[in-house]
Amino acid sequence: MTGILAADSAHEAVERASTAAADGGIHSLAWLLIAFPLLGAAILLLAGRRADRWGHWLGAAASLASFAVAVAAFTQLLGYAPEERSRIVPVYQWISTGSFTVDVNLLLDPLSISFALLITGVGSLIHIYSVGYMAHDEGRRRFFGYLNLFVAAMLTLVLADNFALLFVGWEGVGLASYLLIGFWQHKPSAAVAAKKAFVVNRVGDFGLLIAIMIMWSVFGTVAFGPVFEHIGEADQFTVTVIGLLLLLGACGKSAQLPLQSWLLDAMEGPTPVSALIHAATMVTAGVYLIVRAGLIFEASPVAQTTVAVVGAATLLAGAIIGCAKDDIKKALAGSTMSQIGYMVLAAGLGPIGYAAAIAHLLTHGFFKAGLFLGAGSVMHGMNDEVNMRRYGGLRKHMPVTFATFGIGYLAIIGLPPLSGYFTKEGIIESAWLRGDAFGFTLAGIMLLTAGLTAFYMSRIMFLTFFGPKRWAEGAHPHESPGSMTIPMVILAVGSVALGGLLVLVFHFAEFIAPVTGAEVHHFNPLSPTGLVALGLMVAGVAVAWVMYGRAPAEKLATAPRGSVFTRAARADLYGDALNESLLMRPGQRLAHASVAVDDHGVDGIVNGLAGAVRGLSGRLRLQQSGFARSYALSMFFGAALVVGAMLVVQL
Amino acid sequence: MNTLTVAGSLAAPPFQPPDIDYGLLLPMLVVFTAGVLAVLVEAFAPREVRRSFQVGLSLLAVGAAFGLTLVQAASPQLPETGGILVAGGTVAVDRPTLFLQAVILLLSFVSLLLIAERRVGDGSFAAEAAAVPGSEEERQGILAGREHSEVYPLVLFAVLGMLLFPAANDLLTMFIALEVLSMPLYLLCGLARRRRLLSQEAAVKYFLLGAFSSAFFLFGIAMIYGYAGSVRLSAIADAAAAAGGGEVLLLLGIALIAVGLLFKIGAVPFHNWKPDVYQGAPTPITAFMASVTLVSAFGAMLRVFYVAFGAMAWDWRPMIWVVAILTMVVGAVVAVTQTNVKRLLAYSSVVHAGFILTALAATSAQGLGASLFYLAVYGFSTIGAFAIVTLVRDSQGEAVRLDQWRGLARRSPLLALSFALFLLGFAGIPLTSGFIAKFAVFEAALAAGGTPLVVVGVLSSAVTAFFYARIIVVMFFTGADEPAEEPGSGAAVAESAHAQEAAGGVSVRTRPAPAVTEAAPQVEVVKPGLLSQAVIAIGAAATLVLGVVPQPVLDLATQAAQHLFVR
Repeated sequence: MTGILAADSAHEAVERASTAAADGGIHSLAWLLIAFPLLGAAILLLAGRRADRWGHWLGAAASLASFAVAVAAFTQLLGYAPEERSRIVPVYQWISTGSFTVDVNLLLDPLSISFALLITGVGSLIHIYSVGYMAHDEGRRRFFGYLNLFVAAMLTLVLADNFALLFVGWEGVGLASYLLIGFWQHKPSAAVAAKKAFVVNRVGDFGLLIAIMIMWSVFGTVAFGPVFEHIGEADQFTVTVIGLLLLLGACGKSAQLPLQSWLLDAMEGPTPVSALIHAATMVTAGVYLIVRAGLIFEASPVAQTTVAVVGAATLLAGAIIGCAKDDIKKALAGSTMSQIGYMVLAAGLGPIGYAAAIAHLLTHGFFKAGLFLGAGSVMHGMNDEVNMRRYGGLRKHMPVTFATFGIGYLAIIGLPPLSGYFTKEGIIESAWLRGDAFGFTLAGIMLLTAGLTAFYMSRIMFLTFFGPKRWAEGAHPHESPGSMTIPMVILAVGSVALGGLLVLVFHFAEFIAPVTGAEVHHFNPLSPTGLVALGLMVAGVAVAWVMYGRAPAEKLATAPRGSVFTRAARADLYGDALNESLLMRPGQRLAHASVAVDDHGVDGIVNGLAGAVRGLSGRLRLQQSGFARSYALSMFFGAALVVGAMLVVQL
Repeated sequence: MNTLTVAGSLAAPPFQPPDIDYGLLLPMLVVFTAGVLAVLVEAFAPREVRRSFQVGLSLLAVGAAFGLTLVQAASPQLPETGGILVAGGTVAVDRPTLFLQAVILLLSFVSLLLIAERRVGDGSFAAEAAAVPGSEEERQGILAGREHSEVYPLVLFAVLGMLLFPAANDLLTMFIALEVLSMPLYLLCGLARRRRLLSQEAAVKYFLLGAFSSAFFLFGIAMIYGYAGSVRLSAIADAAAAAGGGEVLLLLGIALIAVGLLFKIGAVPFHNWKPDVYQGAPTPITAFMASVTLVSAFGAMLRVFYVAFGAMAWDWRPMIWVVAILTMVVGAVVAVTQTNVKRLLAYSSVVHAGFILTALAATSAQGLGASLFYLAVYGFSTIGAFAIVTLVRDSQGEAVRLDQWRGLARRSPLLALSFALFLLGFAGIPLTSGFIAKFAVFEAALAAGGTPLVVVGVLSSAVTAFFYARIIVVMFFTGADEPAEEPGSGAAVAESAHAQEAAGGVSVRTRPAPAVTEAAPQVEVVKPGLLSQAVIAIGAAATLVLGVVPQPVLDLATQAAQHLFVR
């Protein structure tokens, strides 16, 4: 029942697929994956207003073309034997100075192709959705340009075969995220949120950058293969430092504690952006990094344990925040934090959790994107109202949105046999199977959070689609157009079926095992953790129904003062206050002090020196009187000086 | 045949005419012939076609001479490691000389383009040089749209002198070359079309001080002859080596010859003429002097100090150190308070002479190569910079006060950008040719133990960067209407009062300009003619290309310098 045990897994982890060069076929065209959206972004951003009329379709087409290449590459990869499914595609040599060379190679393997399919697949659906959602926005062409830029950067991130190129993609998605959060930069809140995301991400990026530098100085290379091959030769301390720095990078990108604060504010961006970047793809880049660099974390137990702890803390914190938010997007953002916490925790469990982490990442990409698109659809019909206390009873007015959102909801709370059930259950069981106190603690936290998830998601569901109407004046909710509902329907289908397909039919763990060293264990529908989780889920839904499903309109329309916990959760668990008092204010003080030193000390010396030179200059130029006689005299003295200098040497 | 004995061989009974290889002298002969022809053209060609004739002839001659120089450099006749002595050993043809001559001809060609420009303010040269400034006669000439075309033969003769100067293998030939190049320059300085009194004052000053320095040079030759019994550079070297050096006569001779040469390159304390002359001379002539004359004078100086006095480097190096340090420091410091663009560029030229002196003091092949590269690079940027100076004008002619350049970037962004590029090149900012050049000379100085020189050089570079950046700030970051801060105003008035005094009567409008300092006349940027455009483009391209891919030219200079001068 429990599949391969620990003794075998250690053996399997060593026997990873060796990477071979790509042997033609669609793989040699893998660069097209990135080229299509990159070209799309270039055209859309450079063509100017000329592209306004057809730009959005070009953007969607670029993403779809990339998806087609990804599907073809995936098919070809399946054609190889499992241990041969890791292929290097050389593109060109990027940096070559002396002994330091960086080749731009793409790596096609089960892990990267899974991401590529998710990014281009969900990405294309969101492109199509945005055609309708952004129809009335003046900057629609620019929006699609940024979206394409994001897709290109994200594909660069996951397809890179070395850390340097990965970092390029890493910064690229950061840039796209910044541009898209601040897309409505005329709103001060959006501009501030974009800046905040950028600054917080810099902290994480710095960690990643330093990790890459250490790798270079220790191993002399930054390519995945050689680094992982020689990781065992480095001393324990170095490996731990590299691991912790990589984790810092992952925390920034994936909004994990302590760098979580930007994600909630990032909801200022247009909803498709929240769906694609801040739910389905970019924020999972941290999970990708940890799984990809799995061998580094496996070599350092300290770093690996830290990963699991960070994941556990974030998963709880995100759920608590999600319980208290009245803004539908922020509630979903809290949920995203929490779900990524699950994945990071799973990645921190080591090989036993890798498959579960990535599988949950894929299904989460579908149902969370679907939920965000549903939220966008609701906002679209409610004059951009985001406060759930102003919703209510929308299921009759927006039946398609209700159905698709409902499916996403059932998937995320883990109702069998929808997607979330299979993949979340996989994570909890992985922790449980560790069999030690640490594993049981983690499993306990996850089970508790499963109950919380059921509660806050039901709260969203009931406040939005059930109960009495609490609409603002002038609200005329209506179903969204086809370009928006069709992607939602497709994502809903994925939310229903993907989990079961991945786990039961496709045997996803076996698929990615050769490259990640993931352990394969078979799904157990009657495990104790699964049964407890189901029980807690039912409890969570029931509590939410009592509190929000049956309550009268006047009680729901205004937010109660709430307990200490509620208020803390509304304030993002005081994350911003903490940052402000610990980092921002001291930072400002340091900056002011530096300015003072610079003004009075450094500038004083510089200005004094400049003043002295100027004074000397004014004096010397008086010697330039304009009279030939005085010039001749100075020449004469000069000649005396020259003669003197010659003769004085002889003394 | 005739090796060491030319000077002292009067006793040898049968006079043998020197065997002259005219082929090797061909570049100089071409320029000389063209100069003579140009005088004839001036005498016989009708006025209408004279100018176009002269321009064509000069450009053709200089271009042909350049081509011939290249042919010589590539010819198998030239030995790989040395050179050939021509005309009884008075002229040397070797690789450093050919490099210098090629650069001189190339820069002369570009300068001639600028000299020939007539689209900008009717040209830069006087209509009637002999007419009294402000007289009716002058007005007539201006109305008739005339311009002195004697400029071209004068330039050709100057170029001839400059070609001979670094090639001269004995001190007398060198002196003659010095005079051949200087005399036309004295005249050319006085030919400005506007502000003629200032121009004539500059010419007279230049002439007086030039004659003064020639006297020093000549005295030096006499002493050296007294010591060595010969004026041949190699004979002097041999005599000094045999005696072990250190004799007062020899040292005095070196010192006085150095004074003559240091005057020509404008090293402190022999620099006083430079700002006044650069300001007064017609700007194309200033460009010509600042680039070509500097190359030629440095070429001669390098040859004398490397060949004749090479063995006594320990004796003269401290003196050159003192002069180089003075030159770099005083030039940079005085430039800080300059408010006149032309004077500022003159002081900048003083500082650059100091930088090259640091490489001269190295007395090594590396130092020679670095100097050659520096001279070529600096020449192109300088001509380009002065070409831009001709374009910023007010009713008085060129607007050279720095405050008149405020907001230039807004009116002519491309022009301001080119000027900024030249300034960055002068300041030695990476990715411009100036950086590579400065790096090369300082590297050579360091390798030869000149660390103090390099420290002073880098520090004064920092000072120069300040005033180059100030011009950029004025052009790009100050509006035309807001008052810019003027440094050292008290001293500025003291110095410019004298210049203004001269400028007062110079107005070509024949009425004395009242109180020039009061009203700021409308400054405009003239659209450059094709020739000026070409000059600026060539300068900018050289500054940029030699900064980004300097290797080919750097290799060329290094190879030319590899075996030093022929003895």
